[in-house]
Amino acid sequence: MTNRLKTMLTSGAVALCFLASSAAAQTELRMTWYNDGIEGEVMQSLLDRFEQDNPDIDVTLDVVPYKAILESLPVQLAAGEGPDLARVTDLGGLSEHYLDLTPHVSDPAYWEASFGPFLQWLRRPGEDRAISGFMTQLTVTGPYVNKTLFEQAGVDMPGEGATWEDWAAAANQVAKALEIPIPMAWDRSGHRVSGPAIAMGAGMFDAEGKPALVDDGLKKMATLLYDWHQDGTMSKELWGSVSGSTYLGANEDFANAQVVMYMSGSWQIPQFAEKIGDAFDWWAVPAPCGPAACTGMPGGAALVAMKGTEHPAEVGRLMDYLSSEAVLAEFYGRTLFIPGHLGLAAAGVDFDTDDPRARHALQTFAGAVPGISPTAFDLQGYVYNRVMFNALISRLGEAIVGELTLDQAFERMTQDITRQIAEKERGG
Amino acid sequence: MPPRGDTTAPLARRLQSAAAAPAVLFFRLLEAPFQLIQRVGGLRPMPYLFLAPNLAFFGLFVVVPLFVNFAFSLTGGTNLYLSDRVWTGTEQYEFLLDCTNFTDPLTCREDRFWKGIFNTAVFIVFQVSFLVLFSLITALILNRKIRARGFFRAVFFFPVLLSPVVVALIWKWILLRDGILNAFLVSLGLPKILFFVSPEWAMFWAIFVSIWAHMGFYTLILLAGLQAIPPDLYEAAEMDGTSRERVFRRITLPLLWPNLLVVIVLALIKGVQIFDEVYVLTGGGPGTATQFIVQYIYTTGFSSQVQNFGLASAASVVLGVVLFGLTMAQLAATRRKDDV
Repeated sequence: MTNRLKTMLTSGAVALCFLASSAAAQTELRMTWYNDGIEGEVMQSLLDRFEQDNPDIDVTLDVVPYKAILESLPVQLAAGEGPDLARVTDLGGLSEHYLDLTPHVSDPAYWEASFGPFLQWLRRPGEDRAISGFMTQLTVTGPYVNKTLFEQAGVDMPGEGATWEDWAAAANQVAKALEIPIPMAWDRSGHRVSGPAIAMGAGMFDAEGKPALVDDGLKKMATLLYDWHQDGTMSKELWGSVSGSTYLGANEDFANAQVVMYMSGSWQIPQFAEKIGDAFDWWAVPAPCGPAACTGMPGGAALVAMKGTEHPAEVGRLMDYLSSEAVLAEFYGRTLFIPGHLGLAAAGVDFDTDDPRARHALQTFAGAVPGISPTAFDLQGYVYNRVMFNALISRLGEAIVGELTLDQAFERMTQDITRQIAEKERGG
Repeated sequence: MPPRGDTTAPLARRLQSAAAAPAVLFFRLLEAPFQLIQRVGGLRPMPYLFLAPNLAFFGLFVVVPLFVNFAFSLTGGTNLYLSDRVWTGTEQYEFLLDCTNFTDPLTCREDRFWKGIFNTAVFIVFQVSFLVLFSLITALILNRKIRARGFFRAVFFFPVLLSPVVVALIWKWILLRDGILNAFLVSLGLPKILFFVSPEWAMFWAIFVSIWAHMGFYTLILLAGLQAIPPDLYEAAEMDGTSRERVFRRITLPLLWPNLLVVIVLALIKGVQIFDEVYVLTGGGPGTATQFIVQYIYTTGFSSQVQNFGLASAASVVLGVVLFGLTMAQLAATRRKDDV
């Protein structure tokens, strides 16, 4: 063998060993993510920083549509093909797939102190210790109004303690005066209806803690919604134009000044700040009142670790980094999300915006948290809350377009919930 | 012999031989076992042997899933793997078929399944009839010597090349409250129409868009059939002074019947399977007005928080039985027509 050949072979072997060792040291983590606004961009920049400090871990952010989080992710997880981490909104519903990070994070006590009440939303029924993730945002449902339209129409905005009926009347007055096509719009979502229903006195659960969606409070709110669709206060385009539990939002219509009052939630703030800017005064107002309360619904999205991961230690390191107070302060500040970290919530976050409308909205929604009804918190933490939400919107939608009477819709809601929970509890 | 000075032909031949060498080697390797089988078993097993690879694929991806689906329909719970699921026997079927009055979905325990069946039936009746009719008329026109015939053939075929989601989105933008069609209506001094809020309009547009998207494909099949009819038959008829209507009934239609049958069967099967276009266009709404059976199966199995695979599978089996019945009826009808 010539010297040249020997040198080539030796160099090749060394290069192969180097490649093999670096490949072995590199752990790839996949994070499934969806975007409401710019949070994907912010998360990517945080992950880039993490990768610089941890060269042995490579994190891939898979950005998917929100629908994929609701529909495809559960199937992937059930098949054992899920990602290592995911951003989810069905917090309790997917809890059977979460990894308990307690042995993998450096300071479980920090997690308990910083995310305490929200950790419970991520736990399986009967569980009280697992740490599976943290809230990337805490959300509160509530309405926005186009204040400029109120001013142009010369109509006073209803004040503190105003009811939904007061707001509907005012929105109608504005729409009539300025020929705005939609006086009021609500996201087509059971979560959005639940807050006002609780304000009307809906209990959501019976004395034994079992779901009891249909009661007088819910009927009152559902009847109001039904009537508003019939008298033109709300357009049937949202609630009446699709079937089942399909989500539809009126954010585009609101941003185009086609809606006077829009019932949605705090997650719209970054989008409105960017899209509407100063084109008109979009204003978040406190949750209108009913006889029982003036409440919205809490909620949010959480970043959770999945038990199917092959790298729990690395997932723990990543979660330690992302959940640290400094990183979360930056994340919430840049994304304009209400913090789901108790320390930051108490200390306040320096939000990265000069927009007075966005700052006012953040203040309004953050200020609404203490007033949220305990029933709303119970419902948010209930593992099958989406079953209740879906039954509510799909059947109410059918009533709104005239396929069912309201009484038939109420009866079907109860049947749907009973049947689905029984199916779930049968096994799995 | 290649022309003098032309060195490309032998080179090309050499390259071809080199490229074909692996295939030649592969078939040479196969030759010996095939000859052996033929020597032992004679000619009879040979067709089955040649069909075996295709049958294996068909079995693996069609027949096995059919049985797995049936097995799923006899189970309950939300576990994905069959071995983890709870045996429920015929419970899912009993739930689906529990109706006081089968003509009124509201009297059924699973009203949405029956609404899906009814909506699909209405869709098929109108969509298949108009699809076949318009495809036939278009093919007849495009078969004549008209100006820019090639252009028009391309125009009618173009929508077939589009993805169903793209088709639905384009039409959705046209039909929305602030879409092009409403802008046109307003320019004529007419009020806007909320097409997706009215059950009748939503069904109309679901049928219309489906016909628009698929008509080109069926037109092409019928056009091929029309071009295969010998022209001397028409010449003979013309010499006899036969009327156009009679030529169509006595020559065109009978000779086009095999193609027409293919079109009807394909349109019917595609009609029952309708999902993607309408799901994107109307979302199944308003209410459940355009929710078809496949959407019901998808929603039940995948898009609910409690993913009810058992019920979705049972609905698939019922749909399969209905389709099987339809196919048999059609075959019987064809056989009767052939006998006549």
